[in-house]
Amino acid sequence: MIDRRSLMLGAAAFGAAPMLMSGTAEAQAIDMLKIFCPAAPGGGWDQTSRTIEQVLRTTNLVKGVQVTNVPGAGGAVGLPQFLNNWKGQGNSLMVAGMVMVGSLLANKSPLRISQTIPVAGLTGEFEAIVVPAESKFKTLKDFADALKADPSKVPVAGGSAGGTDHILLGMIAKELGVSPAKASYVAFAGGGPALAALLGNQVAAGISGYGEFSEQVKAGKLRVLAISADKRQDGIDAPTMKEAGINLELFNWRGVFAPPGVSAADLAAMTDLMKKMTASKEWSDACKQRDWTQTTMFGDDYKKFVDNENTRIEAILKDLGLA
Amino acid sequence: MEGFHSLLNGFAIALTPINLMWCLVGTTLGTAIGVLPGLGPALTIALLLPITFKVEPTAAFILFAGIYYGAMYGGSTTSILLNTPGESASIVTSMEGNKMARNGRAGAALATAAIGSFVAGTLGTLGLAFLAPIVVDWALKFGPADYFSLMLLAFVTVSAVLGSSAIRGLAALFFGIWLGLIGIDLQTGQARFTFGLQELLDGINVIVVAVGLFAVGETFYMASRAHTGEDEITPLKGSLMMTKTEWKRSIGPWLRGTLFGFPIGAMPAGGAEIPTFLSYYTERKLSKYPEEFGTVGAIEGVAGPEAANNASAAGVLVPMLTLGLPTSATSAIMLSAFQSYGINPGPLLLTSQANLVWGLIASLFIGNVMLLVLNLPLIGLWVKMLKIPAPQLYAGILVFATIGTYGITQSPIDLVMLYLIGGVGYFMRRYDFPTAPVIIGMILGPLAEQNFRQAMTISAGDWTVFFTRPLSLTILILAALALMGPKLYSLATRKTA
Repeated sequence: MIDRRSLMLGAAAFGAAPMLMSGTAEAQAIDMLKIFCPAAPGGGWDQTSRTIEQVLRTTNLVKGVQVTNVPGAGGAVGLPQFLNNWKGQGNSLMVAGMVMVGSLLANKSPLRISQTIPVAGLTGEFEAIVVPAESKFKTLKDFADALKADPSKVPVAGGSAGGTDHILLGMIAKELGVSPAKASYVAFAGGGPALAALLGNQVAAGISGYGEFSEQVKAGKLRVLAISADKRQDGIDAPTMKEAGINLELFNWRGVFAPPGVSAADLAAMTDLMKKMTASKEWSDACKQRDWTQTTMFGDDYKKFVDNENTRIEAILKDLGLA
Repeated sequence: MEGFHSLLNGFAIALTPINLMWCLVGTTLGTAIGVLPGLGPALTIALLLPITFKVEPTAAFILFAGIYYGAMYGGSTTSILLNTPGESASIVTSMEGNKMARNGRAGAALATAAIGSFVAGTLGTLGLAFLAPIVVDWALKFGPADYFSLMLLAFVTVSAVLGSSAIRGLAALFFGIWLGLIGIDLQTGQARFTFGLQELLDGINVIVVAVGLFAVGETFYMASRAHTGEDEITPLKGSLMMTKTEWKRSIGPWLRGTLFGFPIGAMPAGGAEIPTFLSYYTERKLSKYPEEFGTVGAIEGVAGPEAANNASAAGVLVPMLTLGLPTSATSAIMLSAFQSYGINPGPLLLTSQANLVWGLIASLFIGNVMLLVLNLPLIGLWVKMLKIPAPQLYAGILVFATIGTYGITQSPIDLVMLYLIGGVGYFMRRYDFPTAPVIIGMILGPLAEQNFRQAMTISAGDWTVFFTRPLSLTILILAALALMGPKLYSLATRKTA
């Protein structure tokens, strides 16, 4: 159970068998799906991997699923392994998303997510900008005015520099005509410490996935100024950024990618598998339970989306002085 | 006494046979993974997350909490016996604990660690049951500026382990700070000192460094002077259990350790390591037997830090259960387990899931008793390990250290790192550099730096925040007193004499 890596070595030997048979087998008969998760157990990508495993098993779409975790640097450690060691393995998928795009750019990695084959976009989490309940900022406009007046006086908490939260702040600043690099961003190691800083009134505002804040908002300890979704959300008493006058939309998206060099037949089988999975009730229930917005996209549509995001994120990271 | 009533209700839930079984499984598993270096509670719970699909929530959380507490217990065993800390909170334990073990007092060291863990765990859980709302309000008042001052106070503790030469000690400290800075900088997202190696982007794990310096370095050193007859291990001197004096010497450290561990553990950026440093320093200063520290091993130096790290485990659960705030890797994963049950952990948890929370708290009391019962009889067995002849024992340590390190991330790079640092450890030992400051620097250095920069960003570059915030100022004054106090005192008494 612990030593998944050695399991994987065994599985790699077995991996050859289904590939040899793939010519005769039917498309849906994928015996063993191998998921490559370039993050530690517990995080967003790992949860996505485990949810895929769970849904595929309960719906009997595959016989078995194996998850391999290779954590490090927002996926920058895992990606080279996936590109090299998993090349051509038709029964494998990598779970990754927007964070990897940003991390590769910020770490000046020569690799890009586009070196893999985007198979399906699965989920997205919109971001929320919140303030402590006692804050003088009542609306996004109050916050925006203060930011325009003097960005150094408005410290905003979020996750690590160059991550989704930082990118959103940079985009907001840019929309308001403030230099993104001037925005006063306080990076915390993860959602917990950032949330603590907000609850303790140490910072003026905070940015993170809405799920991080939802319970504190319900308890009346935090107030949502706006969310970065495309439309209003049930149960969230806050406008979208666009409604509040800042023309922005941002999702922390996640999806699955195939390694380079897989055959067209394998790719079709994987796409088909993901189509069946995302259409299942089990999948939509799991997404609802975890507050994930379903953003189902496949093949070329998804590739185009990933390429666009790459361009957009690279631009804002340059403005932030990080890429 | 509404809390008392709820707690009784919690005991009714935790004492059902099935929940007792989960508690036993959790504490046993926790002890086992605590013993293995590398495999910590966070990783274990993450790997066990899929059981949330099969088991009802109360049972799952009783299991997870058992693992968490058990790991805190188990971590001390290898620290004391093999100088190989299982997790970062028991690094300090190995400093005095292993010295004691080499001088025939392994039994007493293990006993004071186990009983101290029990005392601190129980007091900490009482604190969690009755003081949680007060403690959490206070803990949230700490901002980055206050944390920075707290780190400065913790840095003073280095002076207790500098050894005979301050220059060597400080060199070791700065080496540790440098090791800690390797990796991606949180505030800018840029890599520092990684030499282009992707594997270094997430930094070097402090456990790898501790095991490398203490266990591997020590083994190299022993191998280099084989057959000289020096540094022989005495398996047992006197009684296996603690003597009356040892009991007396332990009680104070246990209680003081708890007082450091619980509140600092409850702070969002507090953690388990800082209270162990503070406790070690305090005990060294207060002890009536200062000559035993760093030589034959002082029991106070085991009792205090062990109590501190167990009390901090209870402290960490305070913000998690009252606010849904994950402040450690383990609690973050436990929170994600809440989510897979569709339970949203947050400020409303205590009211919406009262049975779950109180059942969990009651199971912590029960788990503590189980751990004590489980661990005390094992001491006799553990001590026998020291009778293994040195070559075999050290070979065993190497194997153990290697497997444990590989278990952290399954990365071969970590193994290379382990032996490189083991080599450094050998030279440090050979040329009389103390190794403990490396660990202190590695843990505190990056924390102090990040908090300093967070404080500076928030204050828009205003340096005076450290003196204008009451909490920060108080801690700074304490740090100054701890650093200068003893010197000034001796100066003053000399003049009057």
